[in-house]
Amino acid sequence: MKGTDPLVTLATHFAMLSLFAIGGANAGLPEMHRLAVEVEHWMTDQQFADLFAIAQVTPGPNVIISTLIGYQVAGIMGAFVATVAVCGPTCVATFFLTRIWDRFRTAPLRIAIQAGLVPVSVGLLAASAWILAQSTDRSAVAFVLTATTALVGIFTRVNPLWVFAAAAFLGGTGLI
Amino acid sequence: MSETQTDSVQPATHLNLTLTELFLGFAKISVSGFGFILPWARRLIVDEKKWMTPEEFNETFSLSQFLPGPNVVNMAVVFGSRMRGAAGAAAAFAGLLGPPTLIATFLSFLYSQFGDADILRRILTGIAAAAIGLMIAAIAKMAEPLLRKLSPSVLIFVVTFVAIGVFRFPLIQTLLVLAPVSIALAYWWQKR
Repeated sequence: MKGTDPLVTLATHFAMLSLFAIGGANAGLPEMHRLAVEVEHWMTDQQFADLFAIAQVTPGPNVIISTLIGYQVAGIMGAFVATVAVCGPTCVATFFLTRIWDRFRTAPLRIAIQAGLVPVSVGLLAASAWILAQSTDRSAVAFVLTATTALVGIFTRVNPLWVFAAAAFLGGTGLI
Repeated sequence: MSETQTDSVQPATHLNLTLTELFLGFAKISVSGFGFILPWARRLIVDEKKWMTPEEFNETFSLSQFLPGPNVVNMAVVFGSRMRGAAGAAAAFAGLLGPPTLIATFLSFLYSQFGDADILRRILTGIAAAAIGLMIAAIAKMAEPLLRKLSPSVLIFVVTFVAIGVFRFPLIQTLLVLAPVSIALAYWWQKR
């Protein structure tokens, strides 16, 4: 990629990956991580995990992680280009799909597409969690914190903000 | 919420929303929630503003678990374009992503200035560890109905996880193989 404008590289990568991020922005995280850390060397593993944390405490949709990566790569313009590239192609696809989808509500192929893509989506999300956990849970305490919040999330309906506040406090005091 | 489920409710497509209403509505959704903001979108669009009936909303969102890309953003753009064409799509998009982008850009700036500070690094590590836990909780809830009974879904879930998460294969090439295989298996499974 030598000599190529990073904005072009960013736009191409993000537009392409968004079309395959089945089930939302978090499903695209493994590919964003692969591109940003391993392929383009835009940032370290640790920086990627930091941006993920910042995205989690920014109000708004999950897709904001791409804004943060874009900023890291090419400043304000990078933030803008990455956000639009991730949203553009799939918005067009959604526009047309929602129009034709309802017409085939009971078609066996439609049911098969849905049944076939949902496990792919959940598999991608699980891969996201796995990759991020490897760069974040380097200490036993961090691992325990992840496991605890997982259980809290499964069995209670606590507002995530309280969980983040507690985790930030634990982190800040140097326990992690 | 119960009165919105009656047949007398006007379909959302008969609404006449201005660009400002679209922008402000989606801006409000974006700053109301963190990460997974679907419940907030639902509260505003269905319960508060009655822009969609619960059925219309569910219909639109039943697509989202297997459509690619950022779902809430996609939905906002489709909704905006149905109301006001391209300008409506742009207003909804700007409303939903404008405020978080400004906040994220500001936080990025702070991070680029102070990212090396030890205290900030530790705080972020704590937040990331918790965020991953919450992500695992969400995944567990989605995976539970898939894994409850033996079907090709279990195999596809495991293969996707191992290929992308453990072997770190590129997403696009992997899905070009896995998605058709999974759909074919699902088709065969339901025919059986």
